[in-house]
Amino acid sequence: METVTITMKNPPALYLEADNVTPDGFAGKTAAQIAELSVHEGNTTSTLGKYFEISGNAGATAADTKIVVKGDVKKVKYLGMKMSAGEMVIEGSADLYVGAWMTGGKLLAKGNVEAFAATAMKGGELIVEGNAGNYLGAAYRGDWRGMSGGKILVKGNAGSDIGMYMTGGEIVVNGNVDVHVMTHAEGGKTIIKGNTKSKLGGQLVDGTIIVFGTIETMLPGYKPNGEVELEVDGVKALFAHYIGDMGERHKKKKGAIVYGNLYKKI
Amino acid sequence: MSEYIIKNGHVFDPVQGINGDKKDIAIKDGKIVDKVGSGAKVIDASGKTVMAGAVEIHAHIAGPKVNLGRIYRPEDKLFSCTPTKGMERMGGGASIPTTFKTGYEYAKMGYTTAMEAAMPPMFARHVHEEIRDTPIIDEGAFPVFGNNWFVLEYLKNHEIENTAAYIAWLLRVTKGYAVKVVNPGGTEAWAWGLNCLSVNDPVPYFDITPAEIVKGLLEANEYLGLPHSMHIHPNNLGNPGCYQTTLDTLALAEGMKAKNKFGRESVMHLTHVQFHSYKGTNWGDFESGAKEITDYVNKNKNITIDTGNVTLDETTTMTADGPFEHHLTGLNNLKWANCDVELETAAGVVPYIYSPNISVCAIQWAIGLEIPLMMKDPMRCYITTDHPNAGPFTRYPRVIKWLMSKKARDTQINAFKHKDKVLSQTSIGSLDKELSLYELAQMTRAGPAKCLGLGGICGGLKPGMDADVAVYNFNPDKPVANPDDIETAFSRCAHVFKSGVEVVKNGEIVGTGNKRTLWVNVKVNDNPQVMRDINEKFIKYYSMTQANYEALGHHFVPNPYALEVDATHV
Repeated sequence: METVTITMKNPPALYLEADNVTPDGFAGKTAAQIAELSVHEGNTTSTLGKYFEISGNAGATAADTKIVVKGDVKKVKYLGMKMSAGEMVIEGSADLYVGAWMTGGKLLAKGNVEAFAATAMKGGELIVEGNAGNYLGAAYRGDWRGMSGGKILVKGNAGSDIGMYMTGGEIVVNGNVDVHVMTHAEGGKTIIKGNTKSKLGGQLVDGTIIVFGTIETMLPGYKPNGEVELEVDGVKALFAHYIGDMGERHKKKKGAIVYGNLYKKI
Repeated sequence: MSEYIIKNGHVFDPVQGINGDKKDIAIKDGKIVDKVGSGAKVIDASGKTVMAGAVEIHAHIAGPKVNLGRIYRPEDKLFSCTPTKGMERMGGGASIPTTFKTGYEYAKMGYTTAMEAAMPPMFARHVHEEIRDTPIIDEGAFPVFGNNWFVLEYLKNHEIENTAAYIAWLLRVTKGYAVKVVNPGGTEAWAWGLNCLSVNDPVPYFDITPAEIVKGLLEANEYLGLPHSMHIHPNNLGNPGCYQTTLDTLALAEGMKAKNKFGRESVMHLTHVQFHSYKGTNWGDFESGAKEITDYVNKNKNITIDTGNVTLDETTTMTADGPFEHHLTGLNNLKWANCDVELETAAGVVPYIYSPNISVCAIQWAIGLEIPLMMKDPMRCYITTDHPNAGPFTRYPRVIKWLMSKKARDTQINAFKHKDKVLSQTSIGSLDKELSLYELAQMTRAGPAKCLGLGGICGGLKPGMDADVAVYNFNPDKPVANPDDIETAFSRCAHVFKSGVEVVKNGEIVGTGNKRTLWVNVKVNDNPQVMRDINEKFIKYYSMTQANYEALGHHFVPNPYALEVDATHV
């Protein structure tokens, strides 16, 4: 695997849209060719090389390419957007849409990521060592197709509306989350190790939410369904089981109604 | 204005009966002429296909429900935006493009005239503002009449003269083009939470049937002698078994003759027939009724139709058939928007994905192609996608490919997940017909222009007609190596002229032309009763005054082209 390191040297005055910074965008290119890839600062189109120092050549394919992003990229959006393979490491914190629409590969953000990370993610792995913003693994504005596959791990906290319209895949948040978890979801799983606020699984058609900490306010659309012992991430514990959202439509499987599941550690 | 001569192209013009002959087309002062001077700019069209600019007879491209779709589907613009380029302004949207993109896309495919198929009269101003902002193409808009309180009250007593006077007034104040009917009576019934699924279901409160509404509007249309026939989306759209309702609706025009000075021969245009040609009793035994419908239309010369081809895309359905959209959101569970338009109509919007992996969608695709392939008279059947309902209009080149190539159809059939079901429930597999370029010109130019009463103005290349000309990179002398070449050729024109101005060159926009709004100005005898009824309804029921209702002046209709009709003699 070849490694390309891009280092922020000349920070943009406005926010930078860098949707070409992906193993797919870099594959088969030399450092000089990568410097010529387009980026948008406000309504101006310029080149990646104007802002970043680029060293190393990419591999022949996305799978053979690793990208290391260094320097202050707090004002850079769309890093790793639509990546399908390969690796990417963001050393610091990044702005909106990190790993959005990604379908494969591994993306590690060592700092925080802003909202809409992993929007409509289909596959691959996103690890955030810091905090994630709102709408993590959610659907794009207006769309009804959120995260459908892959895995997200947030070691810090996450914001509101995570997993909105999720249909598959898994989100794990080691810290706390804000309001609205897996709203409208039709599948997938979200594990929250810390505490939650309210509106978990609102209008949930199908899918699973597991909470280790507290739930500030339960939605009235959830019905207690006994207690179960679950093994989650290698931890065995007793959980209170709820089914819902009772106010939403649900599919039937072999004559039985399939509800969404909410588990809270006792 | 510049003079042009388009030399050595293979010309297909059903208006003059020209079928692929090598012929020069001369343009001067915005019109087709016999000859031009030696200074005329020469366009070399050798090895290319030359046709008149195409005419879109039914699409939803301007107005409140289109805009509602744009507003509530930001995801439709995701990854479909085009930045400013040369003369083109930025655009976006796949199934509900922005006004600018709408104009550009039509022009690039060789379309120079398009009709907005459903204008809520109360929002005529909005419709005209969007038409104004859609570049290049001439446009008209059809106000909807089939659920209008005035019409329901007059026709309950079969008052044709009053209905006609009201139509004349409404076309004038809304700058409308034709009488459009959507789910007659059913949309009004929707205000009571009901629907009219047959031509005999009574409309609540008004106590009138869809059959009476349709018959009355057919008569009023011919009483006035409007350029276009009555244009109908009948009851019971999209339900298995609906073909019977369609046949019942078509039968209402039996024995009627067109009366007008515009050369139109039909009295009823039944739109997006694909959605109205379903047999079976449920989605399990759903099958094609294309044969029954086309058999009837082939026999009855006073009917015209358009296809409503399913293009197998993700799209946005939108119709004044409010109850249907509510039914649809219950089927696919996707977001639904609904709008009531006071005394006049309603609308609903729901996104829809025509998936090749779902047997119903694949059968709908087949029915849409069976209809034009089974029609004996291409002058009475026009290609549409009921944009954006069965698919975006930008897919016309693909529909043309399917119609012109059996190989392309077979490729698609073999790609369906439920191929066997498509073959057992329709006859698409046994249809060998491949549309000729002449028939294509009939279905997309000469036919719709004639049906709209525009046959003397556009849709042909006869000297004296508007110089709307499309030149395609398609050589009819050469065998088609790959059906996809047809799609490529019809996607982007080599040249397009709109009223004598070059607007497209090598597939790029090079001019914005002289866009006009087409409308119909009907003079009728003074009718104090209708004027009193209008004043009274505005005072009693409308949430706006008449002064705020009319679409007039330069702001709304900056470049009008009125078709004058004198109905005072009757």
